[in-house]
Amino acid sequence: MAKSVVLVSNLYKDYQTAAGAITVLKQVDFSMEAGDFVAIMGPSGSGKSTFMNILGCLDKPTSGRYTLDGHEVATLDSNTLAKIRNQTIGFVFQGFNLLSRVNLLDNVALPLVYSGANKAERQMRAKVLLDKVGLEQHVNALPNQISGGQQQRVAIARALVNHPRLILADEPTGNLDSKTSEDIMALFSELNADGISIVLVTHESDIAAHASRQVRFLDGRIVQDERSRAIVLATESKEKIEEKEPN
Amino acid sequence: MFLAMLGEAWRAMGANRLRTFLTMLGMVIGVGSVVLMMAVGQGAQESVKESINAMGSNLFIVLSGSSTAGGARSGSGNSSSLTVKDANAISELDGVSNIAPISMGNAQVVFGGNNWSTSIIGTTPTYLDIRVWELVDGYVFSDSDIRSATRVALVGKTVVDNIFGDVDPIGKTIRIKQNPFVVLGVLKSKGQSLDGRDQDDTIIIPLTTAQRKILGNQFAGSVRQIMVQANTPEAMPLVEQNINGLLNQRHNIREGADSDFFVRNLTAVANSAAETTRTMSLLLGAIASVSLLVGGIGIMNIMLVSVTERTREIGIRMAIGARERDILLQFLLEAIVISVIGCLIGLFLGITGAMLVNQLTQAAVVISGNSVMIAFAVAASVGIFFGFYPARKAARLNPIEALRYQ
Repeated sequence: MAKSVVLVSNLYKDYQTAAGAITVLKQVDFSMEAGDFVAIMGPSGSGKSTFMNILGCLDKPTSGRYTLDGHEVATLDSNTLAKIRNQTIGFVFQGFNLLSRVNLLDNVALPLVYSGANKAERQMRAKVLLDKVGLEQHVNALPNQISGGQQQRVAIARALVNHPRLILADEPTGNLDSKTSEDIMALFSELNADGISIVLVTHESDIAAHASRQVRFLDGRIVQDERSRAIVLATESKEKIEEKEPN
Repeated sequence: MFLAMLGEAWRAMGANRLRTFLTMLGMVIGVGSVVLMMAVGQGAQESVKESINAMGSNLFIVLSGSSTAGGARSGSGNSSSLTVKDANAISELDGVSNIAPISMGNAQVVFGGNNWSTSIIGTTPTYLDIRVWELVDGYVFSDSDIRSATRVALVGKTVVDNIFGDVDPIGKTIRIKQNPFVVLGVLKSKGQSLDGRDQDDTIIIPLTTAQRKILGNQFAGSVRQIMVQANTPEAMPLVEQNINGLLNQRHNIREGADSDFFVRNLTAVANSAAETTRTMSLLLGAIASVSLLVGGIGIMNIMLVSVTERTREIGIRMAIGARERDILLQFLLEAIVISVIGCLIGLFLGITGAMLVNQLTQAAVVISGNSVMIAFAVAASVGIFFGFYPARKAARLNPIEALRYQ
């Protein structure tokens, strides 16, 4: 349990723009153990999305170390990174990002295409996961035929299809109403209870309260990193967290 | 995995059917015109080759010179400078395998109530050997017919059609310039010559009979032409030189003076005709290839649009574990599928078009397995070549920017 899944130390990220270099992440130290459920908060431009991209092996830090599952990410080639994104990490996005022309079953099965599973296995596993997120009647529907909340469930099923150890969710409830958001968060909590580590970026403190740990970014630095005492307290401590928000 | 990707390509093509169809149309027209042009070009070459074979190989024709009567010079072949003795002397030369002296002219032919004007060739039986001309019925006159100048004839197919109709010509008596001739044989059809003359519109009779009864030569033994066949193509220049030397000597023509005969290399004429059709069919193929190239550029253009449109999709695929080569393969496969299907339709239309041309104009067309395979290989390569750049562009997208793309 104590083994770190993610270990980030002294991480910097610069971007070159027309106006010169911008440092988006400064001296970030972060670690995460298997089974952690971390909510990352912070205003727009605070560097939280860049941090997520680096965690997801979509982007590389300018300097500093990032170790995922014991692998030094900076030393891996693009094929290995693709394999990590395929098998170790599952992505969930704010805009769901399903393929619009493809039915739900094939959307969920898509990562399996890239891991080389055969058709029967792909369909079988995709069905199991659609079942798990409660959409077993809609396997042949297209994404635009179901609601936003259902689409996000499909996206979660897709993220889970290759049994990842880490789920990275970038504002997964940003496009959903509060009732549906609660359902999605309940699903994340369930997954976390199954032992999957989750990193969740959100603006909303009541969503963040579902996590067992809240990390706050400001101007590229981590300014706050604290654990909730227990998730059950989350609802009653909602007000307190909101009071803290201004700092 | 490959099958799954093929399915993806199919689905992507189905997503925008009109665009896929129009893109494909470029390939269809390209391949179709290449196949059609190659079929027509090869057909033309084939029919020229056939004419050359029908003419006979390694041939010279020696023509007598022009004559001058009252200040008016007639064309070549009208003086009586060549004789059967010249022909026999030529046959003794090294490298000459066959000779046939020829006298010819036009005459009216009558059978029953029908009459027909045709060309009369008076010659020896070797003429048929040189020209590789067979009979469909009957037999050829012999050397003894030449010696005794018998009135026998071999008739061409056009003549048979015009004066005999359904009657079997063998053994029947026809009249040429009022002289009765017995038909010994019917010549096999040879079709058009290289210059478009109907070679079947002819009657072949013994040389001596022609000279005495039909053509009325100025003096006995003179001939209009001598056909000479060399043993090998390599022997031809030497044979030509020797004929000139021999005839100049026999006709007492001094060095530098004009000859009273011409030697024409028929094979060279035929070869230049063959060369002309070959160049023409290459030209047709080249023009058709340009449309194939344009089709390829069309594919590249649409694939580039498709990559831009699907930037976000590419980002999603990369985020869930597609490698660069998976993306590359996906777009490349799409381009190849479009060009291969376009090629198949093009092949079908090209072959149908070639058959239509054959039906409508009677022009020979040749659809060879080779040209079909070349067209197919070229189409597949066009797909790969013009699909590669857009596919590589897709594979090299930055996943973060691709995901952010609206």
